[in-house]
Amino acid sequence: MSAVCVKVSRREFLIRSTAAGAGFALGLHVPMLAGSAVAAEGAEGAAAEADTPEINAWVVIEPDDTVIIRIARSEMGQGTLTGLAQLVAEELECDWSKVTTEYPTPGENLERDRVWGSFATGGSRGIRGSHLYVRKGGAVAREMLIQAAAESWDVPTDECRAGGSLITHLPTGRTTTYGQVASAAAELWPPEHVELKDPTEWKLIGQPVKRLDTVDKLDGKQIYGTDLKLPGMLNAAIKACPVFTGKLESFDAAAVREMPGVRAVVAVEDNAVAVVAETWWQAKTALDALPVTWDEGRHASLSSADIEKMLDDGLRSDEQVFVGNANGNAKEVLAGAAKTIEAVYAYPYQNHATMEPMNATARWTPERCEVWCPTQNGEAALEATAEAAGLPITQCDVHKIHLGGGFGRRGAFHDFVTQAVSIAKQLPGTPVKLLWTREEDMAHGHYHPITKCRLVGALDADGQLTALHARISGQSILASVRPRGMNEEGADPVTFQGLQADGDHAISYTVPNLLVEHAMRNPPVPPGFWRGVNINQNAIYLECFIDELAHAAGKDPLAFRRSLMAEHPKSLAVLDAVADKIGWSKPAEEGVHRGLAVVKTFGSHVAACAEVSVDEGNLRIHRIVAATDPGYAVNPQQIEAQVEGSFVYGLSALLYGECTLENGAVVQSNFHDYPSMLLKEMPKVETIVMPSGGFWGGIGEPTIAVAAPAVLNAVFAATGKRIRSVPLKNVDLG
Amino acid sequence: MAKLKINGTLVEVDADGSTPLLWVLREQLGLTGTKYSCGIGRCGSCTVHIDGKAVRSCVVELSGLEESQDIVTIEGLSENNDHPVQQAWAELDVPQCGYCQPGMIMTAAALLDNNPAPSDADIDAAVTNICRCGTYNRVRRGIHLAAGIKQNRRSS
Ligand code: FES
Ligand code: FES
Repeated sequence: MSAVCVKVSRREFLIRSTAAGAGFALGLHVPMLAGSAVAAEGAEGAAAEADTPEINAWVVIEPDDTVIIRIARSEMGQGTLTGLAQLVAEELECDWSKVTTEYPTPGENLERDRVWGSFATGGSRGIRGSHLYVRKGGAVAREMLIQAAAESWDVPTDECRAGGSLITHLPTGRTTTYGQVASAAAELWPPEHVELKDPTEWKLIGQPVKRLDTVDKLDGKQIYGTDLKLPGMLNAAIKACPVFTGKLESFDAAAVREMPGVRAVVAVEDNAVAVVAETWWQAKTALDALPVTWDEGRHASLSSADIEKMLDDGLRSDEQVFVGNANGNAKEVLAGAAKTIEAVYAYPYQNHATMEPMNATARWTPERCEVWCPTQNGEAALEATAEAAGLPITQCDVHKIHLGGGFGRRGAFHDFVTQAVSIAKQLPGTPVKLLWTREEDMAHGHYHPITKCRLVGALDADGQLTALHARISGQSILASVRPRGMNEEGADPVTFQGLQADGDHAISYTVPNLLVEHAMRNPPVPPGFWRGVNINQNAIYLECFIDELAHAAGKDPLAFRRSLMAEHPKSLAVLDAVADKIGWSKPAEEGVHRGLAVVKTFGSHVAACAEVSVDEGNLRIHRIVAATDPGYAVNPQQIEAQVEGSFVYGLSALLYGECTLENGAVVQSNFHDYPSMLLKEMPKVETIVMPSGGFWGGIGEPTIAVAAPAVLNAVFAATGKRIRSVPLKNVDLG
Repeated sequence: MAKLKINGTLVEVDADGSTPLLWVLREQLGLTGTKYSCGIGRCGSCTVHIDGKAVRSCVVELSGLEESQDIVTIEGLSENNDHPVQQAWAELDVPQCGYCQPGMIMTAAALLDNNPAPSDADIDAAVTNICRCGTYNRVRRGIHLAAGIKQNRRSS
């Protein structure tokens, strides 16, 4: 009796959530206000509820066999939406051509006891962090569909098999479709145990299937946050104090109130002002004309030179120094070494520069607040919404929209959500879309943290590395963003990415005496997780310095690396793969020079070999061979796309990426002074995907780390110049 | 009221003459396929065709446009998402986040209209759009593939 009760309440629960989800199916519907979505769908919506059974949280099957797979993580271009759907569909045994996807809202997740787990989409974790439970979700749904079919035929379930959205009763050959049994399956209690397929049995995982979200991106149909339109919506443009930690002092609203379309001029939090108008262009035009006075505060004179001084101090001082990795006795061995090599490297602040500027749409009433926005973490966006709205979280929700790029900017930070809600709160009942200008986006990033690194290495008489000391000096991300992520001593483990003793970001070399330290120096510039995070500079530091050591030892850079990698066979395998494919054993073409890099990061092993030429100071990157071992490769063609894209992101940073400070503010304001690499600069990329099995590594970030060091090492081979400070736009290679 | 010919249809627009075409398209006409990213003519996300040429609509003011000019946006490039460039893009799964892609596609389509078989150097010169996701190599392959599709359609 009690089981029945549970089932009934569960059923009611499911119907409600399916109805709520219906308005937000990706690629099918333009998100609407929840209230109006219900009204608009009316009777038809109610009918759909009854006919659209949710088998479990992950899987909805319509009578026509359409399979809707729920995706908790965000799609921002990295292909996770398709990869996660492949994982579910593999176990579900459904017909891939019938698969479509939708996002549940973070509010629904909360209401359903976090049935979809984490919504966070960062750290290259989308697939590796959820593969187990989403595959299980698919397997459970399959078993329920089989059971429903078996019950309808009155046969034992173990006589039935599922495949291609069909269930077959093996002894008689009878078949039925998923759509036909979905309603009955939805009424069943899920099995307690399911077995997941052995990787050797995978048919869909590992296949280079097409993305599920391409079509709407070809004719303008795909809706991004910037494109959202709600009934009665107004548009807002915003300007925050350009000086970090500065405040808004005053503004003269009367000066712009009569301008075309202007509806309101409002203070936002304590540091920004926004104009709300009928169109965004009107809002922006009025904002440009608005007289504003800032209280710039105590950092009003901060410059890049001041920050450099802080970092230089950290290279030598013993204050606020944390050890990230140590074995043997590096300091002693270095002190007594016959030959030591020393170098100082530097890495600047960088902006994420997503193509779609920050934006969010909010509607606030005293009872409820809803937000529509591109976010890498729906749950964090919901928390930001509730806090800014001053409402219990249960009276708020966030509707995720496809992102026009994320790269870490839209995951840990929802400043744009806080602002949108703060504006909407001043216009109760009216939806307001807040869109930042590119200039605002450049001025108020959460920047790739700045660090420097002093490295000292010792070589013995045979040219073998006997000791290495790396002292990083500079900004900690966690100290500013997530202090609870620091360890007991107060160190920020993220700073040591790629240099750690073990784990997802372990160093790929065995160094007999090793000391890796971080002198924490935190300038008042907001740092953030920037696609790849600290591995981007750490890989330059280590991989370029290893090249310096090889050169000093008179050894081939490949052979020198290999001699330190006997205990790191998977990293060695990717390194060997690129060396082999590029033809390392034979010289490159006349005038072309090569550089190598290898790292383990985000759980994956990656390596690259770049071929470049430098002609009268002009660098040309001709070709890059890259290898990736992510353990399992869910969709090899999307891995290739991510690897190629990683080179664009990593090489843009190497060539141009730099934010500098003057008078407390970022100098760069748009793509004219913060350029990105263009198609004509793009090398040929040859990607080797070599999953060795047994672990799940990330894809979206690791390759970025090898882009810059491989090219810098090739630049050395071409010119004899060691470039230790990037970007290259500041360097004369002639 | 300004009159414009957009995707073959004459439309009336009530906006200040200094409004960029980008915002006329997006906010007056609801054609949001054309994207804003930089607003200063640097990234190409807002690319449309004006009389067959790829133009960055964020730096074209409404007052400078005439009714006789043929303006085509991503929504008007083809009837059924089947322009050779769109077909090639689907075939190669070119887009990642997709935000820059309407601009990429419009740039590529204009290139092929003026140069049916572009070389890699021609593509280098014509495609100066920024893609932060990094789709450049697939864009290049996509343009070559689209040139082939166009050629086949013409000969069949
Ligand atoms: S938005 Fe027009 S070129 Fe960037
Ligand atoms: S596909 Fe994302 S910016 Fe080009």
